[in-house]
Amino acid sequence: MAIRGTNIKIEGLTHRYGSRSTVTFNRVDLESPQGEALAIIGRSGCGKSTLLHIVAGLLKASEGSIKLDGTPIQGPSPKWVMMFQAPHLFPWMTVKQNVGVGLTFGNWDKSTIDSRVDEAIQLVELQDFAQSNVQDLSGGQQQRVALARSLVMEPELLLLDEPFSALDAFTRSSLQHDVRAIAKRLGFNIILVTHDIDEAVIMADRAVIMAGSPGNIVRELDVDLPDPRDRTDPRVQTLRAKLMDDFQQAANYQKPEAVSLVD
Amino acid sequence: MTQEVAFRGGVVSRFIEHPALRRFAWGVAGVAILAALWFAAGLWLQANPTTQSFAAFGLIPTLQAFPELFGAGKIQAAAAASGYRLGMGLLIAICIGVPIGILMGRVKWFQEYSNAAFQFLRMVSPLAWMPLAVLVFATWNGSIIFLIAIASVWPVMFSTAAGLAKVDPSWFKVARNLGATPLQMLTRVIMPAIAFDVFSGIRLALGVAWIVLVPAEYLGVTSGLGYAIEDARETLSYNHLTALVLTIGVIGYVLDSIIVILINRYSWQRGHA
Ligand SMILES: Nc1ncnc2c1ncn2[C@@H]1O[C@H](COP(=O)(O)OP(=O)(O)O)[C@@H](O)[C@H]1O
Ligand SMILES: [Mg+2]
Repeated sequence: MAIRGTNIKIEGLTHRYGSRSTVTFNRVDLESPQGEALAIIGRSGCGKSTLLHIVAGLLKASEGSIKLDGTPIQGPSPKWVMMFQAPHLFPWMTVKQNVGVGLTFGNWDKSTIDSRVDEAIQLVELQDFAQSNVQDLSGGQQQRVALARSLVMEPELLLLDEPFSALDAFTRSSLQHDVRAIAKRLGFNIILVTHDIDEAVIMADRAVIMAGSPGNIVRELDVDLPDPRDRTDPRVQTLRAKLMDDFQQAANYQKPEAVSLVD
Repeated sequence: MTQEVAFRGGVVSRFIEHPALRRFAWGVAGVAILAALWFAAGLWLQANPTTQSFAAFGLIPTLQAFPELFGAGKIQAAAAASGYRLGMGLLIAICIGVPIGILMGRVKWFQEYSNAAFQFLRMVSPLAWMPLAVLVFATWNGSIIFLIAIASVWPVMFSTAAGLAKVDPSWFKVARNLGATPLQMLTRVIMPAIAFDVFSGIRLALGVAWIVLVPAEYLGVTSGLGYAIEDARETLSYNHLTALVLTIGVIGYVLDSIIVILINRYSWQRGHA
């Protein structure tokens, strides 16, 4: 399985929930080159999930555009697949059926589905559970199924919305490493939304900070570290401290602006 | 001697340990007790001069009636006629109840507008529609099928709606995200998610329909189990009457068991199966 990444270009993206709601975020510009793992960090409520849902084609923007290799995103597609905070698996299906469900929606032939599902299940190391009912799996295993269900579509862009925040620390850490390793091996892009600075440092090539109301990108930092990344590595620690500092500054810097918005 | 008894006791208790076998053994025992009571009542009717003419209600005469009824093809014909009405009525109830139930569970304004009206209609006894049905439908068959349909549509409809209310909205988001068409959303997500509730509703509907069917067949028609009972009463063939009552019970039990199998087959919620 080899997947090509894509050039992402977000321009002037503005969103509001209904015409009477306040603006969620205003004129967001963001670019990400082919194969990059980009993290968007921000406090909860700043509009990260909304932004990601728009990129996934599950929500419509009020203004602005998102283009992948120059083609605007108009709705959901197997080329850009989202993984949510909870696995949301179909409980009446086995692991294998859950992983293959997207391919059956696309009416792929059975042998293609079988081989791609087997491959995806191997990537997330769930071979021994292929025939299990997903309700018998642990939270971490279920999220691995959700990952395989996304990977089997061979997306150019994988969208992750705080995908591991419900998991215990050990499971979270191993999945963070695994997802990054798989993305680098296969070559697809990642946009990761998180409020966890560690997660951004472990998983991303670049991190941007989203803050304010309405939200916008206020800081940007390259995460230029070798793989595999280790939390105890001093370079990881340094970058983490730097990002934390930027994050605090971004939060403080927002306060006067928020006040000025009121008058 | 004592050893042999102990050995036998061991076999029996091991036999009884198996849960399915134990349930079966209890079921047989329950039916046996019922049969014994019936048998005793028959003897009592027989022994009493004032009730002697009703002795044919007893267990033995009833069992003797089966070969006669089968030989004449009466049970088969009556069951086929009743089965057709029941099947058609249930089919209509499912075809109307499931889509409307899905609409009620999925579309909020529809649920709000329709709920009171449907709850009201549900509370009208199915048999209260009988005079109306007779006026509206040209044939007796038509009015009986209508009565069964109107009795069974409500459990199907409300179970379907309740099942949909339990559907996790995230499943729709996930399915859409993976490229499901609206039709696939229905057949691959909604249907399997609510199959358990739909079949549970059909089970309730079957119970009501089976109850409505027999009195509905007392009127007008000249076929079916209800008619056969009425006919047996008029011709004073009491053992035929009890044999037909027994047949109704057995068919109802078998149909119910089939639906229970379907319910278990489609139940995915833990703790339900
Ligand atoms: N469906 C919705 N309708 C109206 N407002 C919403 C909806 N979803 C989220 N919001 C609001 O939009 C803002 C951004 O939410 P969200 O994108 O979920 O933020 P984040 O993911 O960063 O926590 C929040 O203020 C939230 O209350
Ligand atoms: Mg969020």
